[in-house]
Amino acid sequence: MAEVSLDGLSKSFGATKALQAVSMTIPDGAFVVLLGPTGAGKTTTLRLIAGLETPDAGDIHIGGASVLRDTPAQRDVAMVFQQYSLYPHLTVRENLAFPLRSPMIAMPEDQIAKQVEKVAEVLRIPHKLDGKATQLSGGEMQRVSIGRALVRNPRIYLMDEPLSSLDAKLRADLRIELKRIHAELSATFLYVTHDQIEAMTMATHVGVLDAGRLVQFGTPRTIYEDPVSTYVASRLGQPRMTLLPADAFGNARAGATRIGLRPENIVLGQGQPATVRRVERLGDQTRLHLTMGPHEIITLADAHTPLGPGDAVEIRPENPLWFDASGDRIR
Amino acid sequence: MAEIVIRNLRKEFGAFTAVQGSTFTIRDGEFFMLLGPSGCGKTTTLRMIAGLELPTSGEILIDGEDVSQRPASQRDIAMVFQMFALYPHMNVRKNISYPLVSQGVPKAQVHAKVAEVARILGITDILDKPVGGLSGGDRQRVALGRAIVRNPKAFMMDEPLGALDAEFREHMSEELRALHDRMGATTVYVTHDQLEAMQMGDKIVVMNHGVVEQFGKPQDIYDHPATMFVADFIGSPSMNMLRFEGSFRRGDRSVILGDTPIATPEILDNASPRPLVLGVRPEHVSLTDGGAYRGQILATEYLGTTQIVTLAAPHGTIKVRAPASQIARVGEAVGLDFRASTVAIFDAGTGRAFATAANAGVHHG
Repeated sequence: MAEVSLDGLSKSFGATKALQAVSMTIPDGAFVVLLGPTGAGKTTTLRLIAGLETPDAGDIHIGGASVLRDTPAQRDVAMVFQQYSLYPHLTVRENLAFPLRSPMIAMPEDQIAKQVEKVAEVLRIPHKLDGKATQLSGGEMQRVSIGRALVRNPRIYLMDEPLSSLDAKLRADLRIELKRIHAELSATFLYVTHDQIEAMTMATHVGVLDAGRLVQFGTPRTIYEDPVSTYVASRLGQPRMTLLPADAFGNARAGATRIGLRPENIVLGQGQPATVRRVERLGDQTRLHLTMGPHEIITLADAHTPLGPGDAVEIRPENPLWFDASGDRIR
Repeated sequence: MAEIVIRNLRKEFGAFTAVQGSTFTIRDGEFFMLLGPSGCGKTTTLRMIAGLELPTSGEILIDGEDVSQRPASQRDIAMVFQMFALYPHMNVRKNISYPLVSQGVPKAQVHAKVAEVARILGITDILDKPVGGLSGGDRQRVALGRAIVRNPKAFMMDEPLGALDAEFREHMSEELRALHDRMGATTVYVTHDQLEAMQMGDKIVVMNHGVVEQFGKPQDIYDHPATMFVADFIGSPSMNMLRFEGSFRRGDRSVILGDTPIATPEILDNASPRPLVLGVRPEHVSLTDGGAYRGQILATEYLGTTQIVTLAAPHGTIKVRAPASQIARVGEAVGLDFRASTVAIFDAGTGRAFATAANAGVHHG
């Protein structure tokens, strides 16, 4: 395992600037999640580190040495893709053993067998080991793909939305598994997703990308509680942050054009009058969709709130976040 | 506008029974969810309502009229599929007009109707564009437009958001629900995503292996699952299930786990000694310093406002939804407090919930 650092990394595809001068350090043993919508540059970052693309500018160091001239194999990284890529004619066991039989690793067969059993156990597929890869369900195939990376002991694991094709229950289980594997192996992970729950729950550090630029890098708690911009603030939190004109509640912070309100920044029962438009009951939480004059606000209520559409409530902001005209945070 | 009544609906494909005797009512104007894992019979049920499959037995009444053996074309129902099937060689306007043109509606009327639908969906500015270059969201809106334009009695939607990514799906689900609120048309919606069902539905039918497990309002189903399947399927994380051997009598207000009494709502059933399951939702368990029932913390997951704490307890793994500010250290042993009024007791053999003062009156499918 090793520290990975990116220095001023840029990459364009034709006129599209996929990545613009991104610098970041992935500490040895960290679990870094890159978060951002489609097209933000997440996958490009992974592919540059893996050596599947060449940067236009900048450098990549793994374990202190530049790897720009190294082939993907020499870089000693393991990559898991969103779309599983298994050898259909091989059994699950052979698929998992395959990376260990590469001439660069050349692990003895008895050790390979042990390693494969261990990983199959972690991914809960030991009973599938002798079946053909094509007989697996989508979720099982994806677990085998993850397993193919986990059997090795690379310097960094690069994962590109590995859970996005799985159903909710399995995703929740594998989130905990990946976190446990990370802790047990003290491995370094760079993990790409646009799922905020994965980012919040697994990451030691979150990097938020916006149109090819790294706009914030920090712990999940920092990103959630102390976002640098409306863009970052909108990436995390369910329901998402409500953004209103700064003077929606009267006094605004100097220089602010917008006020940001998470549910915990909205006090019910005091302040300005609003109307309940819709009550969304999600079981563990109940969301109130409110209308306050021309504004729409989403907040949380007690799971069994008696409020219904058309009811009047009063709301008041508490410790809101302020943003200027360009969307940057005002502290 | 339609009320749809389903009575003892059954569908067999050869030796396989896809739907085994479903009964439920979809009221006029409801947004109604058919929820369950793949292969549970939800899509087959939808297709029978739409007339794309004919039932083996049972009845489907639309506004009081038995349509169960009528073809789709005579039911006046519009279907929206997961894969938006648009005609690639036609522009947006022609795609939306198609159902009316093929019914021979006069041109002027088609034009006016398409303009109205485009306005409702906010796609007026793309009416003359080819569908090829459209974003996923716009393709979805055009597909919806084609369904709405006919003014059908009801809409059938088969995982219409299934192919979209998470962020966009949330946006589209809000849009769909808002559209429904404006139009008020009866909508039957198939999904395997329990959150989507909770979020959008007025009512939910939960199906498993062709059987209706439960039918009711989202919050009732969440709070009072009729079966262990529903308890596990609805909610994320799902309901904690603690397996134990025990018995109780009508009027009891607690059960014994190991040798620890756990308070429950007043139990309205009797059970001789047998395998039982105590069910409690993660947000109804709290971590305490004292507490006779204890667990060891295995993992914590930060979620912003809250965190999920996973513990090993004597009768199984327990997940607790706690405030993010509460300190929970992996490896530590802590007490667990269950909110008594929310606890459910299941028969481990049949999987069904016993009647208690809490779940009495909730429809059990």
